[in-house]
This record gives sequence, C-alpha cells and structure tokens, in this order.
Amino acid sequence: MSYGRITRDGLWDNNIVFAQILGMCPTMAVTSSATNGLGMGLATTAVLLASNAIISAVRDLISPDVRIPVYIVLIATLVTLVDVSLNAWAHDLYKVLGLYIALIVANCAVLGRAEAFAAKASVGEAAMDGLMMGLGFTLALTTIGGIREVLGAGTLFANAHLLLGPAFAFLETTVIPEYKGYLLMILPPGGFMVLGFLLAGRRVIEGRRAARAAAAAVPEAAAS
Amino acid sequence: MSLEQLRGKLVYQGLLLGGVALLTSAALAFASRATEADIKAAEAADLKQSLTQVLPGEYENDLLKDAVTLAGKNGDVLVYRGRSQGKVEAVVYRMIGHGYAGALVCVMGVSREGKILGVRVIKHAETPGLGDKIDPAKSEWIHSFEGKWLGEPVAEKWAVKKDGGEFDQFAGATITPRGVVKAVKEGLEFFEQNRAALLDEAGGNS
Repeated sequence: MSYGRITRDGLWDNNIVFAQILGMCPTMAVTSSATNGLGMGLATTAVLLASNAIISAVRDLISPDVRIPVYIVLIATLVTLVDVSLNAWAHDLYKVLGLYIALIVANCAVLGRAEAFAAKASVGEAAMDGLMMGLGFTLALTTIGGIREVLGAGTLFANAHLLLGPAFAFLETTVIPEYKGYLLMILPPGGFMVLGFLLAGRRVIEGRRAARAAAAAVPEAAAS
Repeated sequence: MSLEQLRGKLVYQGLLLGGVALLTSAALAFASRATEADIKAAEAADLKQSLTQVLPGEYENDLLKDAVTLAGKNGDVLVYRGRSQGKVEAVVYRMIGHGYAGALVCVMGVSREGKILGVRVIKHAETPGLGDKIDPAKSEWIHSFEGKWLGEPVAEKWAVKKDGGEFDQFAGATITPRGVVKAVKEGLEFFEQNRAALLDEAGGNS
C-alpha cells in the first residue's frame, strides 16, 4: 500500500473517530478542551506508532490463534512504559497528561490497527499507519475539544502552556470575552452532540464528493 | 518443520504466550527499576515545591528533615515543621479528601496561631475542565482558604455555598470543592487537637 494512501486513510478516509467510530471512550472523556484533546491525541500517536511497528516486526512469529492476547499484552506494556518514563523524565508533562495515559489501553483503536493493518504490513508501512492514524485521531480530538471549549467556556487552547511549554502560551485565546459558559458542552452530552454534528458534516462532504465523482464518470462513459 | 506448521501447534502457542509474558514483565521490571529513583526525586521536588507554596516566608531549617508523625482521625499524619529561632512558626501536612473521582490529596500550611497560610491539592483525578479548577493554575479558588481558621468562618459555614457555607462551588462540580473544604476543615481540627505536639511545646496551651 502506498504511503500517500496510508496518509489519506489515517487523516480522513478511514479516520479513527470520524470514519471507524473507534476509541469513543477517550474521545468523550478528554475532549472538554482543545488542549486536553491535543495531549491525548499525541500520547495515543506515540503508542500507536510503537505498537504498530513492534507488532509488524514480530508478525511472522505470532500464531493467529493467540494473536489477540499477545497484542493486548504488548500494547499494555507499551502504555505502561510510556507512563513510567514520562513520570520519571518529563514530570511536568506527566502531571498534565498522566491522567490520560492509562486510558490509552482502553482505546480499541490501538488494538484495531494492530489487527487490521500491522499484522499484515511491513514495519515501515505499519509505523506510517500508526503515525497517520494517530495524527488523524489527534486532529479529531482537537477539533471536538476546540468546538466544545469555545461553546462551553468561550476560550480556545486554554492552559496550552502546561502541555506544550511556555512558548505555546500564544495559542491561548479568549474567543468570547465575558462569556458565562455553557456547561452542557463541557459535560458528556456536549461531546456526543459535537461528535454527531461533525459526523453528519463529514457525510455531507463525502456525499457531495461521491456525487461529483459520479457526475464526472457519466460523460466519460457516454463518450466511450 | 516450517514456521507455518509450527505456529499451529499448541505447544508453540503456549510457549509464545509464556515468552511474551516473560519478556514484557522483564521490560516492565527493568523500566520500574530504571525510573524508580527519578520518579521519587521528581515527587520529592514536587512535594518541596508544594510545601513552599503553602508556607510563604523563610524558615531556618530544611522542612523535609523536621518531620513528625502524629495519629489523626483517618490514620497517621506526617507533619513538616518550619522554625525560626528554634520555635515552630508554621506546620504543613497532608489531608486526604474525597472528590468525584477518588482521593484529593491536599497539602495545607498552618501558622502557629492556627490560621491557614495556604492550601494546594497536589494529587487528584477530577474531571478536566470541571473539577480541576482546584488547581491554582486554572482558577483562584484555592486561595480563598488563606487566612481562614476554625472561628472564621464559624464551624457551620465551613462548607460550599450550596450546603449553606461560605466557599464557592464550581459550575458543574460541587463534589470536588466540597471534598476539599471538608479535608481542610478536618486539617484545622487536627491542628487544634494536636497543637502542643505540632508546635513541639511540652507545656501545651501556649
């Protein structure tokens, strides 16, 4: 499979959240702000990249009958390794992200990519797929988090400096000054509503694209 | 026998599972050993930083070394003391509250008069965006305790506004601030009960 195809799949065509509708637990849990979504997305990307590469590297050794427990043990180990190393060597980042890292084990998208892609692809392709799926997930979480944050709290990327360092404090904007907040968007129902609208929006775009493609195909068929 | 055939054998599968479990446990054990000292050091640095946040001012001794353990209502409490000219000027200790998502580990500094110098929640798992306003980086709320003592506000006002008390709750999160207020109140009661021992004065009522 070409790397361009893998990139398009990960970011849009087969996006974990918007197309596969996987990983809903972390999606709903952490997208109360854009910064949280971004943090969770980046941590998941790191785990996806590593798990895809490792599983692809050992794919010939693994019996199909016991592959699922092997994948789960490998993924859980990776998540724990990320957890302890962040805690030890990037403690400030850990204080922000620590909450979400354990949640990555519960993200079925990681197991899904191991099963659906990494087990059948070369190490390079699998790593690329992990990276792109992770970035697609990050994009989705940051978008949902951003919309919920603007509607719910009137800010965008609040506390980004805690996640990315003081250099990124410029990202923190107050979109609606003197905003009293709309709590529903921060609470779980807001997550479902925003996700629903985004899914509907994606279908509209895809529908138009399909219609255009069909319209372009008809004259060609008539000409031949 | 090819790898293909081997993979179908029960023995191979058992060994594979065992091998993977062994390797991953080894990796985890190694990682745990490699990171243990650094995690401890980072947590000690965190503790020291949170201690200095709740104990403004200078003390002549190293807080982490002047520690005493006293029995509290919910188990032992480790107290660090700040002295000046040999006299205990302020004490700092941990109180555990119960939030929406598990324990709220609070650190509070109390002056020798029994007034709160500062409170911080150093460990919690509250909902991001709602309950985490107890963090001073996100909201000023935690500063509302400063200067308070058991007489101001009076005992029944030591609660969030929803419960008829004095302290604000957050929109959408009452349980978190309620837990912190309760922990702080218990901390002050602990101070009153152990005043003599905390201040390292045999005579008691000073």
